[in-house]
Amino acid sequence: MAVLQVASDLIQTTIVFATALVFAMLGGLISERSGVVNIALEGMMMVGAFTAAIVTYFLETNAGLGGSAPWIGFVCAIAAGAVFALPHAAASVTFRADQVVSGVALNLLAAGATIYLCKMLLNGAAQTPTLKNVFSKWAVPALSDIPYLGPALFVAYPTSYIAFLLVAVMAFVLYKTPAGLRLRAVGEHPKAADSVAINVYRVRYAAVMISGALAAMGGATIALTTTSNFSHNTISGQGFIALAALIFGKWRPVAGMFAALFFGIASALKSVFQVYGITNYIPVDFIYMFPYILTVLVLAGFVGRAVAPGAVGKPYRKGER
Amino acid sequence: MTGFVKRLFSESTLIPVVSILIGLILGAVIMLAGHYNPFLAYGSLFAKAFGDMYNFGETIRQITPYIFTGLAVAFAFRTGLFNIGAEGQFIMGAVAAACVGVLLDAPWFLHVPLALAASALAGGLWGSIVGYLKAARGVHEVITTIMLNWIALHAANYIVRTALLEKGMARSKYIRESAWLSSPGLSELFDHARIHYGILIALALSVLFYYVLWKTRQGYELRAVGFNPDASEYAGINVKSTFVKAMFISGLFAGVGGACEVMGVFHYQTINAAFPGYGLMGIAVALIGRNTAVGVVLGAVLIGVLTYGASGMKFGAGVPEELIHVVIALVIFFVAAGGMVELLIRRFRKKNRTVH
Repeated sequence: MAVLQVASDLIQTTIVFATALVFAMLGGLISERSGVVNIALEGMMMVGAFTAAIVTYFLETNAGLGGSAPWIGFVCAIAAGAVFALPHAAASVTFRADQVVSGVALNLLAAGATIYLCKMLLNGAAQTPTLKNVFSKWAVPALSDIPYLGPALFVAYPTSYIAFLLVAVMAFVLYKTPAGLRLRAVGEHPKAADSVAINVYRVRYAAVMISGALAAMGGATIALTTTSNFSHNTISGQGFIALAALIFGKWRPVAGMFAALFFGIASALKSVFQVYGITNYIPVDFIYMFPYILTVLVLAGFVGRAVAPGAVGKPYRKGER
Repeated sequence: MTGFVKRLFSESTLIPVVSILIGLILGAVIMLAGHYNPFLAYGSLFAKAFGDMYNFGETIRQITPYIFTGLAVAFAFRTGLFNIGAEGQFIMGAVAAACVGVLLDAPWFLHVPLALAASALAGGLWGSIVGYLKAARGVHEVITTIMLNWIALHAANYIVRTALLEKGMARSKYIRESAWLSSPGLSELFDHARIHYGILIALALSVLFYYVLWKTRQGYELRAVGFNPDASEYAGINVKSTFVKAMFISGLFAGVGGACEVMGVFHYQTINAAFPGYGLMGIAVALIGRNTAVGVVLGAVLIGVLTYGASGMKFGAGVPEELIHVVIALVIFFVAAGGMVELLIRRFRKKNRTVH
């Protein structure tokens, strides 16, 4: 039964780690499916984590709010993420800038601006104090009473339920609605989309801003569930793991979710391995490297084949041949 | 001479210059919004960077790695490749130099070149993986370089942890003194700043950068591929092997840069939890420098002065140092979105014309 307990713990930890990745992966997906490369997921997550933490902190200390503070923080993070993504949309769509360079700039901007604001608002402290009010886990009635399986799957943070629900929503919208068809058309062949009166620019602007909002939800999740504060290493590369999950899932929502879960296991295993002393046999550095190596292999076609959306990274110029 | 002046005011040079100005001005606006004094802040930034011999020497030390990574990014750009991986190549070079420096014993005239060669090879090979995957498998270099950066970070940590570790410390053992690039003479001149021979290597490589790209057949081919790979292929250039070559040389620049930090400044390699950020700044340097040798050196000077002077800003005006990252990010952004800046320049010129 000890084995079952470990497995149950492992699944629970995996879901915690994977939640943020799922959000950010969906964010990357909607942007890249519209034809705009988004390597700024990392920065957008940072903005989300910062906004959520700082809003929650001020609400609980100055406004005296309790359990509702993290929810307001979460909503503010969504808004901040969308606004933060706007310059990327403007650069990529209107000014036909190099989308990768713009993404690099946004990552650096987020890293600088969040800590700058943090120090400015908190009298020089480079991180927020530990938050008193964060999300607590919800148990689904009845289902969570199933031995081992219940605690593993049906006791989770509210953000996890939201994330997995959003995967279903994204899959439905993408493949079953006109809006999703338009989005995919714009990303595969903008000229053809334009010829049937789809406004390529508007679709891309919307996609990039939703992308920012989703990635920020991922960042907020980390601040409000696992770390309970914001500092410079709250995100520490998870935006890039989300990007890896997006590619490993071949730019599809459900496959991307499984990729995120898979990379979540890698993170969860790390903590389990440390507890059981397995890190003596498998160095922890290799567990860190794992998602990235896998992504290179899948891109190179050694493990399946990942093909990006047709027009990804190419600015669209109306009326150009 | 007039040709030079003309080029100085052509739009391609103006865009980075105007972007830098916009970045600094927006930085000032942000400071004003936070009730800081921007004049005092920028003043103390430059005072910190150039105030006395020691700080001047340290500024040069800070500029040095940016020249290397700037050259790396710019060289790849010339072949039409976007090397975000200078960070990883830099780290691989640093750890290779640390290995040679710690594990090998040799007189300095062998040890130093050996360590540098090892780092050049390590950085170059790390880069050429990217070139190979692009050439043979058609994988876009941006994604591979991002992934390889993280692999490099953890691989380097693993090597330091298992082969080079100083007991009880999160870093390698000191490299042997025979592999040091530190210069007591230079250091003395600059009031014991950690300035080292790396700056000379950086400048030599800048000359090499220019020579290879503009004075050799190889460089001509590299640039041709950068302009138009299809036409180059048609003209008989082996585009695929060009990708690998370009990424090898690009990685080599970054790798030697990593070696110089280890051999000249720290004399050990740390276990890094996060990227040191030299490769990231290399992108800024290459963009500001418009991928030319002189431009890269000037861009590195700017970024080096800003990042080193940032701490002065904190002491002088109370402004958090991170503001400089915001300023640099804005500069990168506006150089990238050159269209925005062009619009601004055109409007400005038109206004001037109507006045006359």
